[in-house]
Amino acid sequence: MSYAKEELLACAVARLIGEAKHVAVGAASPIPATGAFLLKQKNPSLRISLLQKRTGNPFTEGSRELFDLAGQGRIDVFFLGGAQIDGEANINLVEAEGKRFPGSFGSAFMYFTAGKTILFREEHSPRVLVKKVDYVSAPGWSAPEVVRRGGPVALLTGKALFSWQKDKRRFRLESVHPGSNAEDVKANTAFEYDAPARVPETAAPSAEEISLLRGPVLKVIAENYPDFARRVWAERSSVSG
Amino acid sequence: MRDADAVAAAIPDGATLGLPPDYSLVAMEVVRALVRRKAKDLKLVGVPVLGLCADILIGAGCVRELETSAVTLGEAGLAPRFTAAAEKKSLKIVDATCPMVHTGLQATEKGVPFMPLRGVLGSDLVKHHPDWKVIDNPYAKGDPIILAQAIQPDVALFHARWADEAGNVWVGRRKELATIAHASKSCYVTYEELKKGDMLEDEIMAPGCISSVYVTAVAPSPRGAWPLGVPGVYGIDDSHVQSYARMAKTEDGFRRYLDEFVYKTVAA
Repeated sequence: MSYAKEELLACAVARLIGEAKHVAVGAASPIPATGAFLLKQKNPSLRISLLQKRTGNPFTEGSRELFDLAGQGRIDVFFLGGAQIDGEANINLVEAEGKRFPGSFGSAFMYFTAGKTILFREEHSPRVLVKKVDYVSAPGWSAPEVVRRGGPVALLTGKALFSWQKDKRRFRLESVHPGSNAEDVKANTAFEYDAPARVPETAAPSAEEISLLRGPVLKVIAENYPDFARRVWAERSSVSG
Repeated sequence: MRDADAVAAAIPDGATLGLPPDYSLVAMEVVRALVRRKAKDLKLVGVPVLGLCADILIGAGCVRELETSAVTLGEAGLAPRFTAAAEKKSLKIVDATCPMVHTGLQATEKGVPFMPLRGVLGSDLVKHHPDWKVIDNPYAKGDPIILAQAIQPDVALFHARWADEAGNVWVGRRKELATIAHASKSCYVTYEELKKGDMLEDEIMAPGCISSVYVTAVAPSPRGAWPLGVPGVYGIDDSHVQSYARMAKTEDGFRRYLDEFVYKTVAA
């Protein structure tokens, strides 16, 4: 069965979330949101808080409520990206090579307090996956005396999935998506990482996942990310985005 | 007060303004009035981030300094005048992270000089921020923790769904506006509609209100948040924000935007 790249990534996100009670998804993150709603099809009790929801937003205490929830340990999984991400899982949302980006948002707090953080950035290039970030918005690891509930668990890109090895402070290449290969990943990653001798291919979406994605998941994603839904599913589904 | 222009006239040059993000009732008509009156040397505090209002004020030369966790036009992408000013280094930018801004304002709400927060340690934000300190938790050994110094804007500025005859304003669930109002020395609010009586007498309305205790003055401004939204009344005018993002990519385009949408005082 043919599938979109976004569907493959959403399935990978669903597997990475795994056991969780509460997932929060930041603004402009349609693929993480799609993965979370796919997982919710199998685990209906999963709570998903979409931060950018314009109506029926999950919060009633203003924009600080997310951070208060995370500070207490009530957010199990969060997603972060970066203009740059380096081999020690530091992320940079501020500036690089004279270019200014929007800013750090809540990353310097959420990276510590959410149970797990999944790093997600579709662009997989040496420009993004750098040896050392130019500015640390949020650090990938902390000294032992620093109280830190959570941190990175994985880095998912448009080419590959890496796991984070907390003890070694290094990424490990877990799988490569169809269309890429281990050499391509190496050529496009400026930081060093561990890799198995034979790198497996990222699992393709199953027929069941595809039908969930193009049915109930599409319905909720289209409400919240209409442009994304149209782009990915306009020709793949009878349900209109 | 009479209108948004009267509010803009009451905000002095050099003031520190506490402002909400684009999704949270921005007093855009006052922002346009500040540009019209050629406000100068403002310091903007983003609670916790800023968007269109900051980009317009920066582009128009009204801003000296910015403290914020981000400046973004959301789906419309980078804030072009902010980005250009940052890259030219013509603007002082103090980068923060969202909960540190909330915490600094909450300290002022309580009248205490600082409040602690977890996380943040090891971020370069800590190195560059002038008002954050790391101390040892006095209740435990070997536990470094960061402090946000109390933040007190001179002026809280935002828009409300309703004001009433008692001077209260209703902002519903947008409680960051209450935090800004509580923590600021003065607070100006424009509103969509005036309600008769006192909303605090109404048990259903009261929880969405900010009491007149905190409000310096209100002014009518129907569709005053446009092109941003007022939940339940009108949504964000996404196509307008996108066309702003395109026009403001260049200095000339930004000037044309001001001529068309700020100096002419037309709202959609």
